[in-house]
Amino acid sequence: MAFQQISEIGKSASIQWRVIYALLMREILTRYGRHNIGFLWLFVEPMLFTTGVTILWSLAKSAHGSSLPIVAFALTGYSSVLLWRNMPARCIGAIEPNLALMYHRNVRVIDIFLARVLLEAGGATVSFIVLSLFYIYIGWLDPPEDVLTVVGGWLLLGWFGAALGMLLGALAERSELVERLWHPISYIMFPLSGAAFMVDALPPGVRDYALYVPMVNGVEIVRKGYFGDHIRVHYDLPYLLWFCIALSVLALTQVALINRQITPE
Amino acid sequence: MINVDHVHKVYPTRQGDRVVLNDISFTLERGEKVGILGRNGAGKSTLVRLVSGAEQPTSGNITRNMSVSWPIAFGGAFQTALTGFDNVRFISRIYNQNYAQNIDFVEEFTELGLYLREPVRSYSQGMRARLAFAISMIIEFDCYLIDEVSAVGDARFHEKCAIELFQKRADRAMLIISHDVEYVRHHCSRFAVLHEGDMRFYPDFDQAYDQHMVNLHS
Repeated sequence: MAFQQISEIGKSASIQWRVIYALLMREILTRYGRHNIGFLWLFVEPMLFTTGVTILWSLAKSAHGSSLPIVAFALTGYSSVLLWRNMPARCIGAIEPNLALMYHRNVRVIDIFLARVLLEAGGATVSFIVLSLFYIYIGWLDPPEDVLTVVGGWLLLGWFGAALGMLLGALAERSELVERLWHPISYIMFPLSGAAFMVDALPPGVRDYALYVPMVNGVEIVRKGYFGDHIRVHYDLPYLLWFCIALSVLALTQVALINRQITPE
Repeated sequence: MINVDHVHKVYPTRQGDRVVLNDISFTLERGEKVGILGRNGAGKSTLVRLVSGAEQPTSGNITRNMSVSWPIAFGGAFQTALTGFDNVRFISRIYNQNYAQNIDFVEEFTELGLYLREPVRSYSQGMRARLAFAISMIIEFDCYLIDEVSAVGDARFHEKCAIELFQKRADRAMLIISHDVEYVRHHCSRFAVLHEGDMRFYPDFDQAYDQHMVNLHS
């Protein structure tokens, strides 16, 4: 009996993976097409963004309140922003262009979101890795002190972005307000997200409040992994974990709800 | 067997909720061919989408003990920004099928030639119908849900469709919707009329047809 259940779950998982893979390929084709460098834009676009910001911040010598080289600061900060901000941006309005594909019973709302989330996370991650390697190679950056901590912080940020993306994607189906408001909110959250400051540089009274912003914790962990003992970081891991869990549960319930209301084109 | 058990479907509209299907129950056995008649907007396509599992009923249950196709209509089921070939690829991936074999079949059946490398958006209605039908013949199902395939396309296309569906797949179950009453009469063995949310079955075509005519002119 238990074996049967496991094989049922295995079958469902393989169907779901097939669907997500098919949607992923479809997404790549419609977004990047077969012109010029095609789907390489997936990584090149965030790389251009990050490089641009790195150059701007270097020129402006922005005060970030630590002794870190500005390149390292910009790379870790802006890559993190791309990670959590692009997933919601792509999940909002994701269902409408895919409505025709929902004629196929196995194509569900969650698959559409997961495909987009994976694509965005993949793009941001490859961009982060390639730029890191490149900056290390040309000597602008020292290799990370503790790669695993960087990976951990990055995964947590990705989890947060994915859950937020699916939640907003589902809510956007109910109200256009979500789409209208997300742009200004994500813009305002950028400077507050920890990308442009170190928590240690804040006045002690403000630090605790800054840690209520979930992304701040993630970025601090990434930087801890990158720079080790050269900097002092502040973060609240249990808070970030609980926040991600709660957000995921909320997102999944909303996605399930929306799934029942969808009318294929 | 497909079992539709006390299914209701309600759509929210600006004027409040609208009941499209009201307590519908029936079964479709293997190999059985059921034709559904009804006016425009009677809920025929909604019913087919519910049976296919693409859409969920507001209440009630639908169980499928055989493999069921997606609603085979002249639109839908593919992405218009993609090329014909890319759509074949997508569907092959979803249903775990060999892409190369499918391409050959689609090329031969649709006779669309170079157009298969162009976005579906640029196709005419008739070309879309050919592609949609060919794609739905790629995968073998126990039950096909057919929503107005005969509404577009030329005589040659209709002949090819008839061969694929009613000769090569004569042993399969089918749920057929069409405004072409002759098409329904010719291909089905059981008949139902959908009107104002109710679905009634009739033992023979003539009774169903008479009721359909009454509904049309009421």
